[in-house]
Amino acid sequence: MEIQKIKSPGELEELRKKIISARDSLKPCITLCSGTACNAARSALVAEAISKELEKQGLKEKVDFRRTGCHGFCEKGPVIVIFPEGICYLKVKPDDVPEMIRTTFVEKKILKRLLYKDPVTGEQIVHEADIPFYKYQKRLVFGLNTKIDPLSIEDYIAVGGYMALSKALFKMKPEEIIEEVKRSGLRGRGGAGFPTGRKWEATRKAEGNPKYVVVNCDEGDPGAYMDRSLMEGNPFQVLEGLVIGAFSIGARYGYIYVREEYPLAVDNVTHAISEASRLGFLGENILGSGFDFDVHVHRGAGAFVCGEETALLRCLEGKAGEPVPRPPYPSVRGLWGKPTNINNVETWANVPLIIRDGAESFASIGTDNSKGTKIFSLVGKVNNTGLVEVPMGITLRDVVFKIGGGIPKGKKFKAVQTGGPSGGCIPERYLDMPVDFEELGSVGSMMGSGGMIVLDEETCMVDFARYFLSFLSDESCGKCTPCREGVGQMLGILTRITMGKGREDDIEKLEELARVVATASLCALGRTAPNPVLSTLQYFRDEYTAHIKEKRCPAGVCKSLIAFYIDPAKCGGCMLCVKKCPAGAIIGERKKAHRIVQEKCTKCGTCLDVCPEKFGAVIKVSGKREIEDIISGVSKEAGVNI
Amino acid sequence: METGKSDKIIEETDKLINSIGNEPDKLIQVLLRIQKEFHWLPPDSLRRVSERLGVPFSRVRHVATFFKAFSLVPRGKHEIRVCVGTACHVRGAQRVLDAICDCTGIAPGETDKDLKFSLETVNCLGCCALGPVVVVDGEYHGNLVQSQVEKVLKKYE
Repeated sequence: MEIQKIKSPGELEELRKKIISARDSLKPCITLCSGTACNAARSALVAEAISKELEKQGLKEKVDFRRTGCHGFCEKGPVIVIFPEGICYLKVKPDDVPEMIRTTFVEKKILKRLLYKDPVTGEQIVHEADIPFYKYQKRLVFGLNTKIDPLSIEDYIAVGGYMALSKALFKMKPEEIIEEVKRSGLRGRGGAGFPTGRKWEATRKAEGNPKYVVVNCDEGDPGAYMDRSLMEGNPFQVLEGLVIGAFSIGARYGYIYVREEYPLAVDNVTHAISEASRLGFLGENILGSGFDFDVHVHRGAGAFVCGEETALLRCLEGKAGEPVPRPPYPSVRGLWGKPTNINNVETWANVPLIIRDGAESFASIGTDNSKGTKIFSLVGKVNNTGLVEVPMGITLRDVVFKIGGGIPKGKKFKAVQTGGPSGGCIPERYLDMPVDFEELGSVGSMMGSGGMIVLDEETCMVDFARYFLSFLSDESCGKCTPCREGVGQMLGILTRITMGKGREDDIEKLEELARVVATASLCALGRTAPNPVLSTLQYFRDEYTAHIKEKRCPAGVCKSLIAFYIDPAKCGGCMLCVKKCPAGAIIGERKKAHRIVQEKCTKCGTCLDVCPEKFGAVIKVSGKREIEDIISGVSKEAGVNI
Repeated sequence: METGKSDKIIEETDKLINSIGNEPDKLIQVLLRIQKEFHWLPPDSLRRVSERLGVPFSRVRHVATFFKAFSLVPRGKHEIRVCVGTACHVRGAQRVLDAICDCTGIAPGETDKDLKFSLETVNCLGCCALGPVVVVDGEYHGNLVQSQVEKVLKKYE
């Protein structure tokens, strides 16, 4: 369909009707997830196979095919959903495609082997909406991802796109829009949770021209990728929110800052901008309202600190991303010294919903001080890894166990880490806590951008804290001393502890350094850097003491504190570990018990991985006493010296 | 560097700058393009950028050394990126990284002497479901364990 520039709300509605009437809502449509995770799982080859097979089986006219953005169920990708029924096929491989198309569209049956299978009951589930992973979610912001082709603005218009923009431009005054956003209770989804409406108001009232609006898609927290998925899967919604914000604030230009690691997001949003400009949703005289607004994409170059707003603005100016002290806040003095409003991707994507459905509808979801939904990326030691959108106030237990399907391999749950490197770990006893900004803060963690990393009994909390500190020390821009030196010192102590060289007063030293770094650092990176240490010390102090006093790593992770042994009584003499050991540290011959030469062992754990289950002969031990016990035990039994 | 080669680099650099624009605030975007084209930032190219954009050379160097995406030394033919994001970390990324270091003989941030492999660590590629993830020349290898590393790298001879 050739579409001309739209010059009024009436023309938009006409176009919408035209697009919808040209489509048959009952015509089957295959949607295939083509987000980064599914692409990594060879989604492109599946797409090729689908196009080829539809042609081959003469179904090209009868079945639509659409490549969409991320569906969220990354664990089971590539994901296919067939509309209108909502049949869900998981882990689809290119070879599955001919049979899938024949069974579903020719024989009109369900291809059972590609369905979701409940890990507990073994029951197979046909429809996407009935799968527990989806069932307990509330997909308001993320929902359109599965329905539209991110490269098709027609798809977005067909599902109600730009309705909110049209309402904002023609039926509301800028102040009314801000009032509506304030009443909705929307808070920034990027981390700190600052009320969005208040931020907009401050920028609107600030003096200086032109004003700017910025989308922060620097999503640097490792383990969080909801912003990327929105940007890749539904860039139109983010742009629509941005234009509404720009109109209410009085901004003439917008910037979208996307981190370097997200090439597909850059491509899709760039395409969306050119489409939106072509149709008159961006550029001069938007929808005939007289409002002008242009937007540019800026690619990041790889620096975690650039998610901090003042650092991000310096990047937009073409400088190195070093933060500057606030106040003045960007809303007063931002990009090139002008008032600038920065919000995170998910925040902008919420705006069209608030304007379209009204503040009350949005505020009816959530808790007293946290409204609406939040997208979390549920990752780590959890069965159903993926993106989940849930109402604020849901319990952690529901997220991890009902939606996430619990911990793999029957391991024991240990903690959930939220808030990225600035956040903290939440132990099992708080699993029934409702998830919102205040509650997470009250147990020493934070909402952050929405990473939720599940940890099981095999995660060492000291090593985990060390991991975050090493990340932060690497990413510290080096401008202020407390962060640069303080984080480095803390990392040194933590490394020493994990190496088995911890000293009696190390915990006190860590706590003292944490206080200084948290108080004296220039920006949020430094001020929150001690959090991973403080929260693990608060809930898992015993693990620190075990490392320091007993030289033992309870989770069996820290290499300097563990050792591997082969139990001669169990070893079947299969030679597998001997062959696979990269260090050549295992000696032995066929049908005879093998032995690890401890001096050569690099503790990589390959032997434990490859030892066949029926033998299970490789033992991992930790702690000076345990190691001695096992040596004497094993050697006594075998009558040899190990 | 001989003049012919240097002229060619400057000529290419000019082309890249022209495609983006020569305003000072385009500095990062221009450097990203140059990095993509040459797989590193050649000194002649940086000097040209400084002239054309009217940005002091010291600032060009500041930006070029600040961000992770830029390299001031030539990179290897194959780029290995090991994700050490939190989700990959708890699933054993460190063991995979150690195995890759053993296999290639280089540490993160290094390139081997015959310019075959460059090794980098990245903090989350956003495909945590596949962790631990290693990307070689844009191709994803998911759910890796250390014992598979050698086989994967063999593909990139």
